[in-house]
Amino acid sequence: MSAAIIPLPRRVAVDEVQARRDARADFAFRSVLACAALLVLAALVGAALSMAWGGREAFATFGPGFLTSSNWDVGAREFGALVPIYGTVVSASIAMLIAVPVSFGIAVFLTEVCPPWLRAWVGGAIELLAGIPSIIYGMWGLFVLAPFLSEYAFPWFDEKLGPWPAIGALFRGPPLGIGMGTAGLVLAVMVIPFIASVMREVFLTVPQRLKESAYALGSTTWEVVWDVVLPYTRSAVVGGIFLGLGRALGETMAVTFVIGNAYSLSPSLLEPGTSIASTIANEFGEALDPLHRSSLLALALVLFLLTFVVLALAKYMLMKLRQREGK
Amino acid sequence: MAEIGERLYLRRRVKNALAMTLAFAAAVFGLFWLAWILWTTISKGVAAMNLDLFTMMTPPPDARGGLLNAFFGSAVISLLGIALGTPVGIAAGTWLAEYAHHRRLGQVIRFVNDILLSAPSIVLGLFVYTIVVLPSGGFSALAGAIALAFIALPVIVRTTDEMLRLVPAQMREAALSLGVPQWKVTLQVLMRSARPGIVTGVLLALARISGETAPLLFTAYSNQFWSTDLTGPMANVPMVVFQYAMSPYESWNALAWAGAFMVAIFVLLLSTLARAVLLRKKVMHE
Repeated sequence: MSAAIIPLPRRVAVDEVQARRDARADFAFRSVLACAALLVLAALVGAALSMAWGGREAFATFGPGFLTSSNWDVGAREFGALVPIYGTVVSASIAMLIAVPVSFGIAVFLTEVCPPWLRAWVGGAIELLAGIPSIIYGMWGLFVLAPFLSEYAFPWFDEKLGPWPAIGALFRGPPLGIGMGTAGLVLAVMVIPFIASVMREVFLTVPQRLKESAYALGSTTWEVVWDVVLPYTRSAVVGGIFLGLGRALGETMAVTFVIGNAYSLSPSLLEPGTSIASTIANEFGEALDPLHRSSLLALALVLFLLTFVVLALAKYMLMKLRQREGK
Repeated sequence: MAEIGERLYLRRRVKNALAMTLAFAAAVFGLFWLAWILWTTISKGVAAMNLDLFTMMTPPPDARGGLLNAFFGSAVISLLGIALGTPVGIAAGTWLAEYAHHRRLGQVIRFVNDILLSAPSIVLGLFVYTIVVLPSGGFSALAGAIALAFIALPVIVRTTDEMLRLVPAQMREAALSLGVPQWKVTLQVLMRSARPGIVTGVLLALARISGETAPLLFTAYSNQFWSTDLTGPMANVPMVVFQYAMSPYESWNALAWAGAFMVAIFVLLLSTLARAVLLRKKVMHE
């Protein structure tokens, strides 16, 4: 090498060795970090692949009919996913119907109405609600909310709203206290803090100047919220809602306690049903038949894909606001 | 003309008052559920509280007993889970913040991480069942810890990434201009500055996994007896709470409430502590 022709001063040679060692250490360091990051990717891909592989037998046996059949009979080895899919979608939709307006109200209250000294307390309390483990929501739903509903609310629904044409079908049924409606309500209580805190955060990104200009033109608080804040943050607000929906679709423990775990397809909110996650939680441990087990894994794949699409949309919507902010 | 203006003005004011009242009602509605759930947990939990809880094992129905084995198992599984998840999470978060800021792969992984953050935990439980429980031949505490590590991982990745990106660029540049290699800059300068934030992330992740039940259903399962064997099923509070709450026996239901109460207290204390760590950093900087 060149060192043989032009002898370098000793000091420089040492520096070069040092520099080479540093470069090697840097490379090793970077590689280790990159491997860890790839593991995150591998976790998601691996989860999807393991579900697909585990569920191949069910897909091969039932074909696309797996998704449209409402028959789930372990004894007869007939498995169709429609009832759990229906339960998942309906309970999450009920949750969204309740949670979205309430979360919006909470976010508006916290950003526009609430006096500053109270803000931290109310905000902290709502965040507290987000930290409670889901199993506690489930127990509360089963032991406290369900008896309350079956005693006071459901008989009233059945009696007053049941005879109505069209929507009456939603409210007819035995006052068990557990069922699709209860699951939706518990899910709503669970996702309200998530959606409310995302909405609050994005409302805070609206430039103060924009809001003050509207106030200076004589707008009321409501007009500022509806005509300035909401248009500015629309995509991120939708993103927050989708984030909550993703949570509601995949929630297991809280739903398992209160949905009733019955394989019946009924429009009534008072009737028990089942969801994908609660079906898996209830049956996977005892599923000895390979086809049964495979069907449950296929069901898990359906849930995974469903939440993936919803969460990916959420992320995309939230990103759009950030792009506008120029970050 | 003036009258029309006045009527319009009144209508806008009424609309505003109505909307603000509804916003206030929404906040009260949210707090109402919080109060109800907390009250239920506290009243039923305290009623079932006694010394046996911490000195005796999970009992058969209608017998005296406690949750000692479950508390121990939960501590083991959660700590092992966080011990597995933390180094990987910090490493991945560091890569995202320091080496992949504008790279496509970095964006993809950040996206995947955010999905993982909200992905159904039962699916991750089934994933670990397929890759750990099936090959190893049975439920084990180790499998439970791995499942919980997958839950903790995205939380830690996200906070590490965010906290490192908050470190001012001048700090990086100052250290690099002195000829310090990048790995040393990252470990000794940036990490030190971001440490309170990362610690907060780890504590929040621990709070999250210590109440998780769904990933343990098919991994750690549960055990009625005292067990220190990491390769066998181990009792843990969430699973025992789930089984006992679903049972028809009142003595088991009471134990379930006591367990739920302890988990709730632990989780809430931990997340308060996590926020305090971050707050102290802010105070120090200002």
